[in-house]
Amino acid sequence: MPRLLGVDIPGDKRVEASLPYIYGIGPKTAKRVLEQANVDVNIRAKDLTPTQIGDIISAITASKLPIEGDLRREIQGNLKRLQAINCYRGIRHRRGLPVRGQRTSTNARTRKGPRKTVGVQRAKDKK
Amino acid sequence: MGRSLKKGPFVAGHLYEKIDKMNAAAVKKPIKTWARSSMIVPDFVGHTFLVHNGKIFASVFVTENMVGHKLGEFSPTRTFKKHGAHTAKVTK
Repeated sequence: MPRLLGVDIPGDKRVEASLPYIYGIGPKTAKRVLEQANVDVNIRAKDLTPTQIGDIISAITASKLPIEGDLRREIQGNLKRLQAINCYRGIRHRRGLPVRGQRTSTNARTRKGPRKTVGVQRAKDKK
Repeated sequence: MGRSLKKGPFVAGHLYEKIDKMNAAAVKKPIKTWARSSMIVPDFVGHTFLVHNGKIFASVFVTENMVGHKLGEFSPTRTFKKHGAHTAKVTK
């Protein structure tokens, strides 16, 4: 289990498949990074030599892509901005509702979370 | 689909004229407008707009962060008045 850029510990998959475990790197960037670092995409991540790991790390940092904490912070910052200026998108984020104009009468479960059924409440006094 | 870059951002022309006039006279008065689709450009910063939402004119004070958004984004057209009529009436 090699460590790349601090906290990330991709498993014993092919490097191409294990790099996407880093937040901010998908299949596409993984391929590009490996190409730049001149590392075969098919070797297992555990078989990487220290020099290869160094190459990959420098390729990632050279690509100037925000990764892990930086990327998370950037996204947080964007959300904060939208909410601070009180625009429509900000309000939708605050409410936890879909932001891009989807219907909310049904569906929209990804944003709204699990269903909360209200149901009719019966009177207690009689019976 | 996004707007063609060739055209530049859409800004309602009359807003430009008004802003220019106010800047020249160094006064700041809220501008009443229906142009919800107009982009906010840097010249608008510091001015107040009264943006129509179909019913009232919501007052929008433009700050630097708002540049690039549209005026309508700051004047919501829908009001949500809580659910929950069930609980109070039906239980009675």
